[in-house]
Amino acid sequence: MCECSCGGKTKTDTLIPMVGVITDIRTETPDVKTFRVVGRGGKKLFEHMPGQCAMVSVPGVGEAMFSITSSPTNTEYQEFSIKRCGTLTDYLHGMTVGEELTVRGPYGNAFPVETALKGQNLLFIAGGIGLAPLRSVINYVLDKRENYGTVDILYGSRSMDDLVQLKEIQEVWMKTPGVNVYLTIDREQEGWDGHVGFVPSYLKELEFATDKTVLVCGPPIMIKFVLAALGEMGFEKTQVYTTLELRMKCGVGKCGRCNIGSKYVCKDGPVFRCDEIDELPPEY
Amino acid sequence: MYQMKKDRLTELFQAISGTKDLFLPLRKCDQTNYGLWTPEEVFDLETLKTVKSAKDCFFPQSEVLYRCKTEDGKISIDPQKLCDRPFVVFGMRACDVKAVEVLDRVFLSEPVDTFYAARREHGTIVSLACHEPEETCFCRNFGVDAAASGADVETWIIGDSLYWKPLTEKGEALTESLQAVLEAADGEASACEAEETVAREQEAIRGVIEKLPFSHLDLSRFQPENTMELFDSPLWEELYKPCLACGTCTFVCPTCQCYDIRDFDSGKNGVQRYRCWDSCMYSDFTMMAHGNLRTSQMQRFRQRFMHKLVYYPANNDGLYSCVGCGRCVSKCPASLNIVKVIKKLGGEA
Repeated sequence: MCECSCGGKTKTDTLIPMVGVITDIRTETPDVKTFRVVGRGGKKLFEHMPGQCAMVSVPGVGEAMFSITSSPTNTEYQEFSIKRCGTLTDYLHGMTVGEELTVRGPYGNAFPVETALKGQNLLFIAGGIGLAPLRSVINYVLDKRENYGTVDILYGSRSMDDLVQLKEIQEVWMKTPGVNVYLTIDREQEGWDGHVGFVPSYLKELEFATDKTVLVCGPPIMIKFVLAALGEMGFEKTQVYTTLELRMKCGVGKCGRCNIGSKYVCKDGPVFRCDEIDELPPEY
Repeated sequence: MYQMKKDRLTELFQAISGTKDLFLPLRKCDQTNYGLWTPEEVFDLETLKTVKSAKDCFFPQSEVLYRCKTEDGKISIDPQKLCDRPFVVFGMRACDVKAVEVLDRVFLSEPVDTFYAARREHGTIVSLACHEPEETCFCRNFGVDAAASGADVETWIIGDSLYWKPLTEKGEALTESLQAVLEAADGEASACEAEETVAREQEAIRGVIEKLPFSHLDLSRFQPENTMELFDSPLWEELYKPCLACGTCTFVCPTCQCYDIRDFDSGKNGVQRYRCWDSCMYSDFTMMAHGNLRTSQMQRFRQRFMHKLVYYPANNDGLYSCVGCGRCVSKCPASLNIVKVIKKLGGEA
């Protein structure tokens, strides 16, 4: 529904955003906050699939692409977990509940939750803020539990203070039958009695059976070592999905920024199967 | 086929601009570029190549997408009105006409760019054949016929006459509205004579094109299946070296379509969100919070040419994103251009 002042006369271009209202802000870590956003009428802005992204903007400050961290099974709102790392994200972190911003989307493809992932045993591997896009898939899978096999979640961050969505992980994911959660932090820390070590080495220690489809998301360096570890463990590239991240402006494969080879990450991605990534020039 | 005396061109332009906006190559500040014609402006149909292409007429260098105001914490969004006034671009060369096809594939594919689509819908293209193609022209390699553009209306200036041939519905409609100026051939003999005059001119143009130095480039290696081989070629390191990263090639290019979206805060009148041409030659093109994926000018240089010669064709049935207009050949301050890239990577030099 068009919420601009055109009165519905013009066909709205995909570059024209909708107005969103922040209805909740959770401080996840010292530099990550999760923003809950709805349309001005209180309803969800649009429907999306897990892995898709949206352009969030504050007029006069900037506009940037963020993954949608809430599951499509949530019928009330969308959530974005946003790390403070630039002009726009600095501004967003200073915003309060009730304030307005603009949103357009959803953009990009999605994890194949209704096709290739259906009926599969799933292994999620996330690092830091990389949990944001995977959380959408995890909650989708947990809400449609009967459609999927076992669920293993390996999640790591720099310190215990940097684990995003810790409350939901402990109170929901860890308590769901058939779901195993493995947490790790990079270095020893007072008050942490869990695993210590980088995600790729913990992955190897856990010796997962190769009967799983793997979804990986995190900083580029972690992804690189996780993919190498998965290869050593005997996983085929066709079993592994990850997301690419490039600068984006339009979201619809026209502005040219996220072009790698013949693909546009905003439109043909952000989700790629690892054998598809191998066919791209290594510019990610 | 219609014709008229060349000295009545101003009358023709007045007739067109009576009901439509007319964009013509205009002479200003010792340069020729497309601009809105009014009787006070000096048009220039002699210069073969305008400095910038006619891309501006459909995809302007800068355009407002919408205006935003925030009052009492409430954001209002006012989208820019789409083009709703018919216009004519007169004088486009066949290469620039072909470039519109390249842009169409980008902007008219789903989701359609409504700003561009509205301009395409309201614009009629009248091409002008290249009476004297230049040495920097290499359009022949890209299936462009400088003597027959395929635009809504094709025209030729031969001797003291302009010959006018509508090809599309839009072209016919424009022709219809100009009956007072254009003269239909009087009788079969005269029609035949006009056709023959144009055919001779076309043959002459094609003869010149055939002999131009860059008219026979070998594009055979620029195929999607050679992507990795071309990408990994050590020749890029050598080729890019003189590049100043000024971006001139991208701005004068009729097919470059990369754009940026930015905000202009006009104070009490709110924020204008506009888009403007951008260049893959600039370091901030791919700059992100966590770093830059193309850190060297070699990588950026490679991206531009790989996109034009390999990536774009892979997505568009083999159509190259170059039309051989030669602007980059004549405008690059470091004498770099796509011809050098094609020759070097194509194995010719």
